[in-house]
Amino acid sequence: MFRYTWFTVLREIGVWILALAFLLPFYLLIANAFKPDDELYTTSTLAWPTAPTLNNFANVLSAQGNSNVTLGLRNSLIITAGTTCGLVLLGALTGYVISRSTRRWSRWAYYLFLVAIVMPTQLGAVPLYVGARTLGLTGSPWGMIVLYTGMLLPLAIFLYAGFLRQLGIEYEEAAAIDGAGSLQIFVRIVFPLVAPATGTVAILAGLIVWNDFFTALIFLGGSENQTLPVSMYYFIGALVSKWNSIFAVVIISMLPILAFYLFAQKRFIQGFSGGLKG
Amino acid sequence: MLTFGRGWWSLPGVLLVLAIHYVATSIGGAFAFTDWTGIGSFEWVGSRNFTTILEDPTMRGALVNTLLLAATSVVLVNVLGLSLALALNRTLRSRYVLRMLFFMPVVLSPLAISYIWKFIFDYDGPVNAALAAVGLGEWKRAWLADPDLALWAVLLVIVWQTTGIAMVIYTAGLAAVPAEFEEAAALDGAGLWQRFWHVVLPCIRPAVAISTTLGLINGLRIFDQIIALTAGGPAGATETLATKVFQQAFSLGNFGQGAALALLLTMIILVVAIIQQRVTNGTARES
Repeated sequence: MFRYTWFTVLREIGVWILALAFLLPFYLLIANAFKPDDELYTTSTLAWPTAPTLNNFANVLSAQGNSNVTLGLRNSLIITAGTTCGLVLLGALTGYVISRSTRRWSRWAYYLFLVAIVMPTQLGAVPLYVGARTLGLTGSPWGMIVLYTGMLLPLAIFLYAGFLRQLGIEYEEAAAIDGAGSLQIFVRIVFPLVAPATGTVAILAGLIVWNDFFTALIFLGGSENQTLPVSMYYFIGALVSKWNSIFAVVIISMLPILAFYLFAQKRFIQGFSGGLKG
Repeated sequence: MLTFGRGWWSLPGVLLVLAIHYVATSIGGAFAFTDWTGIGSFEWVGSRNFTTILEDPTMRGALVNTLLLAATSVVLVNVLGLSLALALNRTLRSRYVLRMLFFMPVVLSPLAISYIWKFIFDYDGPVNAALAAVGLGEWKRAWLADPDLALWAVLLVIVWQTTGIAMVIYTAGLAAVPAEFEEAAALDGAGLWQRFWHVVLPCIRPAVAISTTLGLINGLRIFDQIIALTAGGPAGATETLATKVFQQAFSLGNFGQGAALALLLTMIILVVAIIQQRVTNGTARES
């Protein structure tokens, strides 16, 4: 029934035409990012540059102050990596305890995390901002890592707990019979076994933190620790219709995540289709 | 009976979530009933901030826009996502590459994506250039500066970027539909549409529930796209609850008013989540 026929060939060609139309924005992005200033206003926006230049990229990378994109890139890397480590550590530990405990409180804790996943950040952001300002934590990368970890921890715990419930406890029982202690069982048996869940948590959380703009703008905006989306926002805010420079910064902001995506696309897609299902 | 792990190991995680989600959200909820400006003292003002939302045209507009964007985007994203998943199901040779391409915008920053579309909709941009090229020059306009069209331009950007999420959720759902079901229905003389409606769709109901809930919740939170494309303009025509929260609380320092808008947003999202839970549990009991 599901054979490859002439009708399938037509369908395949049809979807490819759709895909090329769908990807047209990327063509425009690349074509215009390499245009020198004079070509930007004299040639068609749809045309490929006749004298491609890297000047726009050089301008972006040398910007200073609030629009310092290189600094933003570094900060984004530090904050994303820090948050991912925090989430893997606390998420695995908490997810493990609530998935293995049979007590009533662990069930309540599970619901506590479940509700927190859908709660929007906007309402909590106001008092958190006031609190952070009072403690002098606004603009601090450590404060931001703690904040992101707390914000995304419910999702991480949910993913770990879901994975662990399907895993079964035979390995842990075997280790306990061999005389391993609780901590040893967690570190040497459980943590390596949940590696697929760790992958999903790292990809989903890494993506959310890397691309986050709202929280980063509120807590880091204007400081020297602001992340890439915020620097990009300030960089572009200072330009009016200089689309070649705007697109250069857009490309620079996309490259790290795009490279990662092309390298691990299967895991990204699995993370989204399976991870969010629960 | 063996027990694994120690209860207190979960303490840091539980405390962090309690503090950042529950305590902060509750305090924020209390702010919603005050006139606090972020510094000094404040007065309790009852429901005044909420009456303001209903009376102020741009705030009421923001509420309407938020609901409109969430509802229209969830319908379009799911119809398109499911169509793509069906088109790319099974037979196509290049389905993996195609899925990878359609999913690509999902992983990119909504802010960065929106800057590309801002250029596309620009008066001197590709849309107008293409219109002029095919002789429809009189249709040229500044798409994002037109109060009647700007919101639909924003909608297009959201749909373009998030269709990939629906596609992969439906792809996973479709993979679980046994081919024998469809073959049996085909043998009984069911056409393509009948097979989809009576065989495939009932099987992927969980995927529909997940994808629509996720789409609604994300649609209600729209912020980055608006900031990059229109900054809420022209004349407040594309403000959403999230952009209004930011403007009131963080740009103007009206923490009370901002918190009231955020509380409204939170309530809407929780209602959506509860309805989804009910619907999913209902279908689970049926089957």
